[in-house]
Amino acid sequence: MSEWWTYRPSDFLMFSERTYRRLFELLNADLWPGQLVAIAAALLLFALLRRGSLGLGRLVFANVAAAWLCTAWAFFWQRYAGINWAAPGFAAAFALEGSLLLALAITGRAAGLRAAGEARAMAGRGLLLAAIVYPVLGLVLGRPTSQAEVIGLAPDPTAIGTLGILLVCRWDESSLPGGARLGAVALLWAIPVAWCLVTGLTLWTLHAPEAIIAPALALLALWAARLSPTSSSLPPPHAADR
Amino acid sequence: MQTAVTRRAVLARLAALGPLSFVGMATAQSAAATRAIPSSGEALPLVGLGTWITFNVGDDGVARDACAEVMRAFFAAGGRMIDSSPMYGSSQAVVGHGLVRTGSAGRVFAADKVWTSSGARGPAQIETSRSLWNLPRFDLLQVHNLLAWPEHLPTLLAMKAAGRLRYVGITTSEGRRHREIEQIMASRPIDFVQVSYNLLDREVEQRILPLAQERRIAVIVNRPFRQGDLLQDLQRHRLPAWATEIDCDGWAQFALKFIVSHPAVTCAIPATTSVAHVRQNMGAARGRMPDAAMRRRMAAHVAAL
Repeated sequence: MSEWWTYRPSDFLMFSERTYRRLFELLNADLWPGQLVAIAAALLLFALLRRGSLGLGRLVFANVAAAWLCTAWAFFWQRYAGINWAAPGFAAAFALEGSLLLALAITGRAAGLRAAGEARAMAGRGLLLAAIVYPVLGLVLGRPTSQAEVIGLAPDPTAIGTLGILLVCRWDESSLPGGARLGAVALLWAIPVAWCLVTGLTLWTLHAPEAIIAPALALLALWAARLSPTSSSLPPPHAADR
Repeated sequence: MQTAVTRRAVLARLAALGPLSFVGMATAQSAAATRAIPSSGEALPLVGLGTWITFNVGDDGVARDACAEVMRAFFAAGGRMIDSSPMYGSSQAVVGHGLVRTGSAGRVFAADKVWTSSGARGPAQIETSRSLWNLPRFDLLQVHNLLAWPEHLPTLLAMKAAGRLRYVGITTSEGRRHREIEQIMASRPIDFVQVSYNLLDREVEQRILPLAQERRIAVIVNRPFRQGDLLQDLQRHRLPAWATEIDCDGWAQFALKFIVSHPAVTCAIPATTSVAHVRQNMGAARGRMPDAAMRRRMAAHVAAL
């Protein structure tokens, strides 16, 4: 493609905004009342993160892993792949994130949770809350509730909420070799951040007014992550984490 | 055979008359105006139907049926050519669904493309496309965006020679690789070339359209509305009063009449998901057409907005 510089993002847009919104409408119809379960699970997560308990890492990761795996299958593979050639790749990336989170939950080689008062933890809980109330955005923009994008089922709120959770996490330095730990943590961050940029670009080409939101929140998460290092100076997680 | 050649020559001569021939047609009949495919003399309605974005609706049954209704209105208004590509997601399957639902398989002029970087995979992709359209064969196959054209073109020409395809073409869009397009037009026995052309993007007027006339190659025009952006911009302005001189009822017909009145253009393929819009688009193939002076006036007016 020697003329690659002549292409714009809109040249790769294969579908209309109406078709994109219908994906969520059909997804919601298929999975109802799964939305209630997903929101309840996210609210439970929010409550757990608020407690800042060190013994809840595995439960948190299992919950978020389920959200990513569900989104990979139900949204990307079952729906989005029908209108976008890139969707199987997105499904693979979401499945990889979900698998990593699941592995961390199962092995217990994960993390503890930061103390509720830490600025980074507060930013994380704020992002998770934003992801939980994400469907309200569609209502404000005049879209029907049937097209709501719900955390755990739709990719945007799932990625945003996960960035929030990652902010609250405190990694167990002793559980993995340094390189492996850093690689896994980097990947856990990279996939949701990358998705926020991809969805921002997609929504921008669709002229959707909320295009800026996911990229802006991803940048906010990256900024908040600098408030304190990934591995905090707190003691390693309690044995109950394993 | 002699008769066929004579008819072809007559049709070609009529086509060469360009805009003048449309006025006569408009007063003589209400059917959509046609223009002859230079290589065969077969008449094609001036307005076809594109499927990029609009027909990529996945397996959404409601949306598929809505697309079928667009196709029904298109055929009812005299349309024939529908253009798609394996690059367009689910569009081919949606066209196939529409053809079955509207019973229009015998009416359609089926134009599709081959789009793979591997010449060896071309035939399999074409067969997949054909099965998605639910048709025994395509009328026209084009090499999409010149992708691997040295490999695909011989395949398509062989299919044509074997009677498994009626026409062969190449495509580009948005002004890309025009030099290469010209080289292929000048050296290969293709029937169709597909390019972008509209009131603002007029580069093809310089070399490609004259070359198409010289080489007797039919021209399909994509992105007549700049994927909707042109119409969106034009809707902010009033249609000039003199547009009634060429029987335009809106900017869409204004834009389409400008395109299809160029004597080298065989068919424009606007895409839409709206029955009302497809009827409006098909209306551009009716009524009086602009002559060369009017075409200059149209382009100048839009450029000045």
